Amino acid sequence: MKKTVQRDLFPGALEMMILQILRRQPSHGYALVHHIKRTSHDLLQIEEGSLYPALQRLLKAELVKAEWSISSTNRRVRIYKLTRAGAKHLEREVSSFERMLEGVTRVLAPGES
Amino acid sequence: MSCFNRLFGRRRLFGELSEEIQAHLEEKIEELVADGMSRKEATAAARCAFGNVTLTEEDSRNVWRWPSVEDLLADVRYGLRALRHNPMFTAVAWLTIAIGIGANTAVFSVVNSVLLKPLNYPNAEQLVSLHQIAPGAPGLADFESGLHLSPSMYFTYAEHNRTFQALGVWDTGTASVTGLAEPEQVRTVEVSDGVLQALDVPPAVGRWLSEADQVPRGPQRVMLSYGYWQRRFGGDRSVVGRNITVDARPREVVGVMPKGFRLVDTDFDVMVPLAFDRRNLILAGFGFEGVARAKPGVTIAEANADLTRMLPIWMDSWTNGPGTNPHFYETWKITPMIRPLKREVIGNVSDVLWVVMGTIGLVMLVACANVTNLLLVRVEARQQELAVRAALGASWGRMVRGLLVESVMLGVMGGALGVAFAYAGVRLLLAIAPANLPRLSEISLDARTLGFTVLLAVLSGLLLGLIPALKYAGPRASLALRSGGRAASVSRERHRARSILVVGQVAMALVLLVSAGLMIRTFQALRTVDPGFTDAQHLQVMRISIPGALVVEPERVLRTQNEILEKLAATPGVKSAGFVSEMPMEGFDSDWDCIFAQDKNYPDNVMAPLYLYKYISPGFLQTAGTRLIAGREFTWSDVYGLRPVVMISENLAREMWGTPSAALGKQLREFPSMPWHEVIGVIEDVRERGVQDKVPEIVYWPPMMEYLFGNKAAQTLRTETFVVRSERAGTEAFLTEVRQAVWSVNSNLPLASVRTMQDVYDKSVARTSFTLVMLGIAGAMALVLGIIGIYGVISYTVSQRKREIGIRLALGAQSRNVQQMVLRQGARMALVGVAIGLGAALGLMGLMRGLLFGVTARDPMTFAAVAALLVSVSLLASYIPARRAMLVDPIVALRYE
Repeated sequence: MKKTVQRDLFPGALEMMILQILRRQPSHGYALVHHIKRTSHDLLQIEEGSLYPALQRLLKAELVKAEWSISSTNRRVRIYKLTRAGAKHLEREVSSFERMLEGVTRVLAPGES
Repeated sequence: MSCFNRLFGRRRLFGELSEEIQAHLEEKIEELVADGMSRKEATAAARCAFGNVTLTEEDSRNVWRWPSVEDLLADVRYGLRALRHNPMFTAVAWLTIAIGIGANTAVFSVVNSVLLKPLNYPNAEQLVSLHQIAPGAPGLADFESGLHLSPSMYFTYAEHNRTFQALGVWDTGTASVTGLAEPEQVRTVEVSDGVLQALDVPPAVGRWLSEADQVPRGPQRVMLSYGYWQRRFGGDRSVVGRNITVDARPREVVGVMPKGFRLVDTDFDVMVPLAFDRRNLILAGFGFEGVARAKPGVTIAEANADLTRMLPIWMDSWTNGPGTNPHFYETWKITPMIRPLKREVIGNVSDVLWVVMGTIGLVMLVACANVTNLLLVRVEARQQELAVRAALGASWGRMVRGLLVESVMLGVMGGALGVAFAYAGVRLLLAIAPANLPRLSEISLDARTLGFTVLLAVLSGLLLGLIPALKYAGPRASLALRSGGRAASVSRERHRARSILVVGQVAMALVLLVSAGLMIRTFQALRTVDPGFTDAQHLQVMRISIPGALVVEPERVLRTQNEILEKLAATPGVKSAGFVSEMPMEGFDSDWDCIFAQDKNYPDNVMAPLYLYKYISPGFLQTAGTRLIAGREFTWSDVYGLRPVVMISENLAREMWGTPSAALGKQLREFPSMPWHEVIGVIEDVRERGVQDKVPEIVYWPPMMEYLFGNKAAQTLRTETFVVRSERAGTEAFLTEVRQAVWSVNSNLPLASVRTMQDVYDKSVARTSFTLVMLGIAGAMALVLGIIGIYGVISYTVSQRKREIGIRLALGAQSRNVQQMVLRQGARMALVGVAIGLGAALGLMGLMRGLLFGVTARDPMTFAAVAALLVSVSLLASYIPARRAMLVDPIVALRYE
């Protein structure tokens, strides 16, 4: 299923994106996948299934919590919400990710070394 | 989420997960259908986009698990199933390991309780025994148990020391207690002030003996042991304040010591104060053991220095009487050698226990080698399976772990059963109770022992599995796929591990058998030693003591003793009777003093060699079977007439005058005011302290004499060991008659330490016989396991080589040659094992030197005999499979093709 051009995400990236989406709005698994695909304009090809182990990890770390409810399309779904710890964690992760990204970008920038 | 919820909410959790994933797929499919796909296409596309559903679920579930633990549990379940499917293998392996672990646990519990655990006193590490030696003292040059303390030394040490919190001296004895039931001889300990304070064990009832109880001729007070209190007073607490009659004198009970309390290594019934009279003390009187509690942080060296500092104070403060030089003890070179109290209690048994622990450990290794061999066979059968698993990508580590889990499980199961065996073993050990094993009552399976068992079980499990795991689950496991077919004959390499194990087993068995053999030789050597008495099982001995309150005048005491002898001699079946101050090996300390000979010169006339002395009655020598070498023995008229006569041991006669007959007529005395005593007889040497110890020189005095205790008035010893020779010795009926005979003289006389000399002798060699039994068991186990090992390997090889043998026979090999080929294989393993074992034994037997007697640690005969035994037994073990090889029918063997 892997395409040759596709890159694996680095560890933690998926979790970070999930937390970010949940910060704006609690959603269920399918909606999360949908959201990631749409907002990334299909640049990120993630296997839909890989979302679930990530969600379980976040649940276990108590960064999100889950509740069953009825979706707008009238199905029984499990809605994930960000916890306070999750919000804090996200903040830390994003800032460290930005630092890392900046560093990588600088090194990769042409003409400057 | 709490741990509890995590563990028990899992089922719900995993159910929700599946539901959620299903919902996800449904939603996707519906969306795709809405976009115009057929339902079938949509399902496929949705699954494709989702990925492996099962794997996703498993990954998600794994988030909540401890994957390593749960994999391990799976391995355990798998291993259990494998063990269940091979009941024969499992039973043999399990039992072998269980016996091995059981034996090790039992012995370790003894080592732990006797050697490792601190003594049963608070802060026992501060307790020391005031041991000292006197290398300069002539004659008894080696005070085997050290130079004990004299009362004056005790006062000096107690009052001038800077390094001890408390210090006291004590001694053991016997006393008769009357007025309770039958007259009873009880074991006593006499203690000075400071002993109880040093040991610091609070009384169970009442109070300790105090300083006020140590006043000479003051109030007479005693303490009881817990056992005596229970036995005689039924544990009645109101016993405190009551009077009991000890040695015909009423004494008030002030307290009871708690259960299990022993004074250093001594069990007792009644504790009495020593109550030294300071005014009458002299320098001498070295009859007391010292015990002390050091101040916190004081080292043994500092305490020794402290005692050394006080010795001159002692010599300045006391004297041995007018005209004597108190500083003459300087020539004795008294040297304090303080020892931890634990060493004093344990004594020389630690050698034995460590040797036994080592041998049992070796047996465990031999047993492990056997089980490893079994495992190898089993793993070999599973080789194809392992190779397939490896080919399918099973990780090397996972396969090794699987095998190790199985063997560790065997180890743990063996450990569990082993604890039961150990429990039985310890019971058995306590039942055969080697009498001189110290701290016997403290032996138990405690937490530390069980910890040891668990460790041993796991370690042996790992050891068992290691070789098969590395060999077959290792990186080269896939090779097996190629060579595993029937067509290939078995490569030599596949047998190497097994042969090495067998060689190791033979080597270890040899070491164990040599040690057992040396003990047998030691025992034989002991048996040939003439102990100084004959026909020990027909010698009845008993201690009878006549207290001063019962019979006052010394001559009356002697007449009473004489009368007892006559009554004993008149008992049916008695050949003769006599008495002596103490029988050899009885364990009572003999007295000793300077002995002067008239025809020798001594510096200052105060210093002469020190010799042991004893008192014997007329008729004693004949009764005990101790030979008279020259001259004659005492007669009753010598004794009653107070004639100055004396007898000496043969070695003393030779030392002083060259030959026994030259000693006759010579004159001896103990101190200047004593009249010279004429040597009238020379007696064979007697193994006073046990068969293995040096024979001491002994002076034999008559049982009543003037100057016995320094002053002129004739005195007797009030406690004597009575000896009766009779074929009926030891029987209950005989003992009843003996008691009646004694009580017909005086009904208030208790009999103590009633035994046959055989008991006394056996007890004195108990250390050797205990070691012999233990090493014998270990050696026998190793031998049997070794035979099984050789037999197993050879017969397995034969079954594997059946085809090859068939071909050989078909090509014209003689069946005799085939048999020899197989025998050669067995012989080769045995010989290599024996060679290695001989080397190891030569190195290791030095550790046993302290336990041997009359045989060197490298006794060539023992070594040769054991080597021959092992080689021939190995040949025998390979003979049966060799015969089977010889009888292989080539047609049958080749038909498989």
